[in-house]
Amino acid sequence: MKDKVLVSPAPHIHDATNIPNVMWNVVLALVPALIASVYYWGFRALFLSLLGAITAVCTEALIQYLRKVPIRVSDGSAFLTGLLLAFNLNVNAPWWMPVVGAAFAITIGKQVFGGLGNNPVNPALLGRAFLLASWPTLMTGGWEATRFGSVNGISNLSLISDQLQTIAPKAHALVTSATPLNIAHTLRDTSFVNTFTQSPALNTDIANKIFISLTDGSTLQNLFWGNVAGCIGEVSVFALLLGAAWLLWKNIIEWRIPLFYLGTVAVLTFIFGGIPGSGTSFSLPIFHLFSGGLILGAFFMATDYTTTPLTKKGRIIFGIGCGVLTVVIRMVGGYPEGVSYSILLMNVFTPLIDMVTMPKAFGKVKK
Amino acid sequence: MRLKTFVGGVHPPDNKHRTAALPIEDMAVPTQVVIHMSQHIGAPSKPVVAVGDEVKVGQLIAEATGFVSNPQHASISGKVTKIDRFLHPTGSMSQAIQITSDGKDEWLEFADDADYMNLSAEQMKERVKAAGICGMGGAGFPSFVKLSPPADKPIDTVILNGVECEPYLTSDHRLMLEKGEDIIQGLKLIMKMVGAQRGMIGIEANKPDAIDVMTKLCAKESALSVVPLQLRYPQGAEKQLIYAATKRKVPNAGGLPAAVGVIVQNVGTAYAIYEAIRYQKPLIERIITVTGSVVKQPKNLRVRIGTPFQELVDACDGLNQEPGKYICGGPMMGFAIPSLEASVGKGSSGLVILDKKEAADIEERDCLRCARCIDVCPMNIMPSLIVSYMKVGDLDNAVKMGLNDCIKCGSCAYVCPAHIRLVQWIDTGKLAWAEAQRKNKDA
Repeated sequence: MKDKVLVSPAPHIHDATNIPNVMWNVVLALVPALIASVYYWGFRALFLSLLGAITAVCTEALIQYLRKVPIRVSDGSAFLTGLLLAFNLNVNAPWWMPVVGAAFAITIGKQVFGGLGNNPVNPALLGRAFLLASWPTLMTGGWEATRFGSVNGISNLSLISDQLQTIAPKAHALVTSATPLNIAHTLRDTSFVNTFTQSPALNTDIANKIFISLTDGSTLQNLFWGNVAGCIGEVSVFALLLGAAWLLWKNIIEWRIPLFYLGTVAVLTFIFGGIPGSGTSFSLPIFHLFSGGLILGAFFMATDYTTTPLTKKGRIIFGIGCGVLTVVIRMVGGYPEGVSYSILLMNVFTPLIDMVTMPKAFGKVKK
Repeated sequence: MRLKTFVGGVHPPDNKHRTAALPIEDMAVPTQVVIHMSQHIGAPSKPVVAVGDEVKVGQLIAEATGFVSNPQHASISGKVTKIDRFLHPTGSMSQAIQITSDGKDEWLEFADDADYMNLSAEQMKERVKAAGICGMGGAGFPSFVKLSPPADKPIDTVILNGVECEPYLTSDHRLMLEKGEDIIQGLKLIMKMVGAQRGMIGIEANKPDAIDVMTKLCAKESALSVVPLQLRYPQGAEKQLIYAATKRKVPNAGGLPAAVGVIVQNVGTAYAIYEAIRYQKPLIERIITVTGSVVKQPKNLRVRIGTPFQELVDACDGLNQEPGKYICGGPMMGFAIPSLEASVGKGSSGLVILDKKEAADIEERDCLRCARCIDVCPMNIMPSLIVSYMKVGDLDNAVKMGLNDCIKCGSCAYVCPAHIRLVQWIDTGKLAWAEAQRKNKDA
C-alpha cells in the first residue's frame, strides 16, 4: 500500500464549474454595465462601485476571521454582492453609502445566517432596502444627468418643453428633474395632474403629451442605450443584456426566471401600463422593460441561486410572482419602481414554492 | 432524426479516443490470480478446493450458496496457494482463492454443442448458472436470476446494453465490433430463455461503427433492432435505457424492469451467455479497458478473471508519471482502489488511472442552492435537499426527497459547483435507512 493515491467515492471526475468560477463570471457579466455607467457619468460610478465591492470583501473577511472559519473572499461572492449593492445607488450618492450598504448587506444579509448559500434573501437587495429606509431622499432624488444632459431620456423634449414652462411650470419641473418611471408614476396621479393648470381638459392633454413623448421610439432608444438618469448599474439595457447573454451562454443562470419575470411584466404593462386616458400600445411594455432596474433585477438578482426556487416549476412561479409584484408596485404602489421589493418578497416565498413544486421521482407509482 | 434518450443527465468528456480504435489483445496468462468469492450481488461463493489442490482452467473452485449467488471457476491452471482475504476491486478486503500458475494453461475440455439453439429454456439457464455468469457492466447481478423473472411478469422485450456511457471505457465497444455475431446469438438465447418476442440493442451515438455492425447483423432478423441513443450520461443506466428504448418507466421504490416486461443485459454478459450455453464455458475471462492519461500504452485487453491490476499496467508498458488515482470501472461510478494489488473481477470493465491533477481532492463547501444537481438528476429527485436533511440527521425527509430512488450515477456530484460529495452522502443515507428499517422490524 505504498502508492500515494487518492481513494474517494465516485464520481472521480468533475466538470469545470466551481464557486469562484460562477461568481467571477457574474462579475465579468456586469462589467459592460459598469463601462456604460462610466461612459455616461464619469469615473465616480466606478469609484462608488469599487468602494461597495471592496467594503463587502473586507467585511466578509473580517467576519469570517471572527467566526474562525476559513477566509474565502477570493471566491468572488462578497465582491459581487458589494458591486450589486453599489449598482443600486445614485451616482450622486455620498461615498459612505456604498460602504454602509455593503457592510450591512454582508453582515445582516449574509454572514449572520452562516454565509454563502444560507441567506434567505438577496443580500444586495436587503442592503438597498436598508439604505432606502434610512436615507430615502438620497436614494430616490437628486438624479444626475448623463453627459448628454439627459435625466428623463426624452429626446424630443423641446416640442413640449417651451410651452410647458409658461403654461404649466409644475409639469415642466417634473419632466426635467425626474426619471422616466418617476414621471410615469406621477402622471398616473390625477389629483397632481389637475394642479398643472386651471383647465382639467388641458391638464389631461398635457399629461398625455408628456406620456407620449416618454414612450415614443426615440425615448425608448435612449433608455435602451442608457442615456437616462438612474442608478449606476441599471443605466444601459444594452450593456446589461450583453452580460445576461454571457451568463445564459455559460449556463450560469437559467432562462426560466428572467423570461417569466420579463414576460409577465410585458403582458401586464401592455394592458395596465399607461396613464389614465393614454390607451394601450406596444411601446408600453417596452418602456416598462427598459426603464428602472428591471433588466438588472431580472437577470442578475432574481437569478441568485441561494434565494430562488430549486425546481423548474418553482422558478416559473417565482418569475411570474416577481413580475406581478413589480407591476403592482409600479402601477398602484407608492414607489415608482418595484423591482427590488418584488424580488425580496418572492425570496421569502421561495421555501414555500419549493415545497409545493416538488417533482415526482422517475417511475413514481401512484399509491 | 432526433435520437432517443432520457430526461436529465450530463455530458462528461468521453475520453474514449485512447482505446476506441484498438483491437482487443489477449493478455499473457498471469502467473497468479486471485479469485474473489464475492464478485456478484448476493451471497458469496463457498470454496470447494483446499490449499495445495491442483486445478485446471474452467474447474469449479467455489460453489453458489443460495438462490442469489454464483459459483467461481479457476481461470488459470496450477495450484491453490492461499485462501484468505485479499483486496477486492471495489476497494475493500474480502475472501478469495489465490491460484499460482503451473505455466501450462491446461483447460478442461469444452464440447461445442452445435444444436445449442434448440435446448430447452431450463437447460440453457442451468448452463448459465453453472458458468457463474453475473452482469458484466458493473452491478454484477447473477444472470440466471435475472433470466428467471416471476411467472406473473411476462417479458416481451430483451434490451442489450451496448451504451457504455462511462467515459474512458471501450471494452463493450470493441466487443461489439469484434464479436457482434456471437452477441446476437447471446441475445437470441436470452430471448428464448425469457420468452421475449423482441430484442433491442441500445448503443450510444458516439459509436457509429458499432451501430453499423450491429444493424447489419440485425437486418436479417425482424425481431431484432438496434436503438441508436443520444450521447448523454447515464444513458446506460438500466431504467434510463429502458425508457429511451421503449418509453416504459420502471416503477420506483424497488421496482424491477420485469414489472414493465423488460430485461436488460450488458453486451458482454450476452457474449458470456452465448459461450456458456454453446460451449459450457464458465466465465473465466473478460474484456477490460486499461486507460487514463498516465498509462503509457492504453489497451483493450482480454484477461483472466483474478489477474492482478499491476500485471495489466505492466502489459500496457507501465505508467509515464506518478498516478493520482486508480479507478476500477469508469470514472463516474467506478471504485477508487488503494493499490494495484487488487485483481480483475467479473464486473471490472475498466482500469482508469488518473494523474495527480485530475485526482485533486477539492474541499466541499456549503450548498449554493444552484439546483444544478436537480436539473441533471435522471431520477428527478432532489439530491441537494437529501444532503441537507442528511446533515441534520433527518432520514425521513431525506427519503421523501428521493433518497431510495437514487441510482448513484453521480451526475449531481459531477456538476456541483460546491463540490459536495452528493453520492457519498446519499449512499450513507441509504445504508442508515436500511439499518433503521431492519431495527424497526426486529423491534
